[in-house]
Amino acid sequence: MIQHVVRVPLPVGEDLVIQKNRIGSGGKRLCIVTGTHGDELEGQYVAWRLAELLRANPQKLHGTVDIYPAANPLGISTMTRGIPMCDLDMNRTFPGSTGGSMSEYIAACLMEDIRGADTCIDIHASNVFLREIPQVRISEDTAEALLPSAKYLNMNLVWIYAAATVLESTLAYSLNMADTPTLVVEMGVGLRITRAYGEQLIKGIFSLMVHMGMWDGPVSPVAPPIVSSDGRVSFVNASCPGIFLPTARHAEQIEAGGELGKIVDPLTGTVRETLRSPATGLLFTLREYPVVYEGSLLARILGGA
Amino acid sequence: MEVLTLFTTETPYREPLPVKGWQFGSPRKRSLAVVGSMRGNELQQTYICARLIQRLEKIEAAGELDGDCGILVIPCVNQFSMNVKRRFWAADNTDINRMFPGYEGGETTQRIAARLFQVVQDYTYGVQLASFYLPGDFLPHVRIMETGYQRSEEATAFGLPYLILRTPQPYDTTTLNYNLQVWNTQAFSLYTKETDGVDDESAQEAVSSVLRFLYAKGLSHSQDYSAGCATTLFREVSLHTVLSTYGGLLMRRCEPGDTVERGALLAEILDPCTCEVKERLRSDCRGQVFFAHKTQLICGHEVAFRVLPDDRA
Repeated sequence: MIQHVVRVPLPVGEDLVIQKNRIGSGGKRLCIVTGTHGDELEGQYVAWRLAELLRANPQKLHGTVDIYPAANPLGISTMTRGIPMCDLDMNRTFPGSTGGSMSEYIAACLMEDIRGADTCIDIHASNVFLREIPQVRISEDTAEALLPSAKYLNMNLVWIYAAATVLESTLAYSLNMADTPTLVVEMGVGLRITRAYGEQLIKGIFSLMVHMGMWDGPVSPVAPPIVSSDGRVSFVNASCPGIFLPTARHAEQIEAGGELGKIVDPLTGTVRETLRSPATGLLFTLREYPVVYEGSLLARILGGA
Repeated sequence: MEVLTLFTTETPYREPLPVKGWQFGSPRKRSLAVVGSMRGNELQQTYICARLIQRLEKIEAAGELDGDCGILVIPCVNQFSMNVKRRFWAADNTDINRMFPGYEGGETTQRIAARLFQVVQDYTYGVQLASFYLPGDFLPHVRIMETGYQRSEEATAFGLPYLILRTPQPYDTTTLNYNLQVWNTQAFSLYTKETDGVDDESAQEAVSSVLRFLYAKGLSHSQDYSAGCATTLFREVSLHTVLSTYGGLLMRRCEPGDTVERGALLAEILDPCTCEVKERLRSDCRGQVFFAHKTQLICGHEVAFRVLPDDRA
């Protein structure tokens, strides 16, 4: 059943409506949220495919699945990462406020609608700059509670990051603080859909639902993910501006000292920097958008100090 | 006065971008740092700094800066975005003022924030010429985050009519003001009427408020500024917010600074296609209009006005 989570009038003959698809009823509740960033589309495939499979097999569902495909519908419809009118990153406005501005209000309404779910999965797709392997990200504060569920999601990596780097204004942080266990999935790249990654996550979601007692259909076993803390992740940032031409292949192993790519200068025909891997390990993040500045993130390798 | 290049950001297709600071008084003293625009639309904030630099230059030339005073004014941190009329960092749309205290090993705007923070931290006082994320007009005021480290009474030295204490929200914790405060600088945000354009009157008022502050703190002996006024302190939560219910064309019927009675008409929201009045926004208290959304298209459930009630008990 399609339900409206929040409706806000826009200036000229249109309303902003955040919708969800409620499938099933009663029992445990699983929420799938995506589209908070309007330039991240990987979750659209997952939302569609999950709804299709659940609709086709209603007798196997024992609980409630709420799918929110577009938390930021204006952003998705305009290829804009944030909320277009105010240029705010929606995932920096939570938990929101019902007495605040429009962006705070819709954040509060969305938050309230999800609050109390047994589990929430917040699906992101990196951005237009970086390509990510399928991964779950959880903060070390919530790792003990969330890691068991994260392992069912069929992602290649579970990255447990330091509490000091937690952004408190995100949907996931706010929901976890409100005792609603929330897992953040990152996979693929902005403005594109990687169907293989979507199918991988779909299998994980059904695996989690079996674990939660919400699904009694057949699900093949999922591979255990690599579980890593910050200490094992090496970052490679650009030291100079230019055009980044990757040499290494995403989602593959790389040796310490192996070439990741070059930053070149199209004006002079020179190579400004040759980037090498600081560690032996899995190249799980790789720059997708070629124009770089000093500091631009180029790669992350799992296998740091 | 000395013009310093504080740091420079290289770009692939444009000239290197120097962030410049105008230093007055003793280079060894770190009394006051003033930061203008960090966003590309903050033209008024840059303009205020420029006018302040002119005034400080004269004060210093007249020998009226205290020997123990060192002032740094940074008019513009983000010409990269200002020159192409973009609000946030034009390469990736990130907001420098959501990156503090910054990270030297991080992404571009994290590095810019780290470099700026390194320059301005350890000053006794920090002033950020701030802008609000909603398009509208404020009464000029000083704003302080209640971090537990703030000394609110210091802000009365600006001689501005209002001082607002704000309880930090999660998204405030990465701003320059918040981080200066928790790293032992008394940090103040100055809000004037404009952001995207220049409003000379309120800019001059902001300049005078900084000069009043310098005099009150014994950092300058010049009294060449307009008279200030007594400061009314209140918490941000005591402002009454008037929200729109309908979307449409907002037509203001009162201005910031107007005294309004309970029930007074603040604005009408018109259907942009027919001019039919869809909603009349009224004040729910007697008080002074403190913030007014600009006359333009407005969504439903948007902050249209903020009224400072006479009765703030």
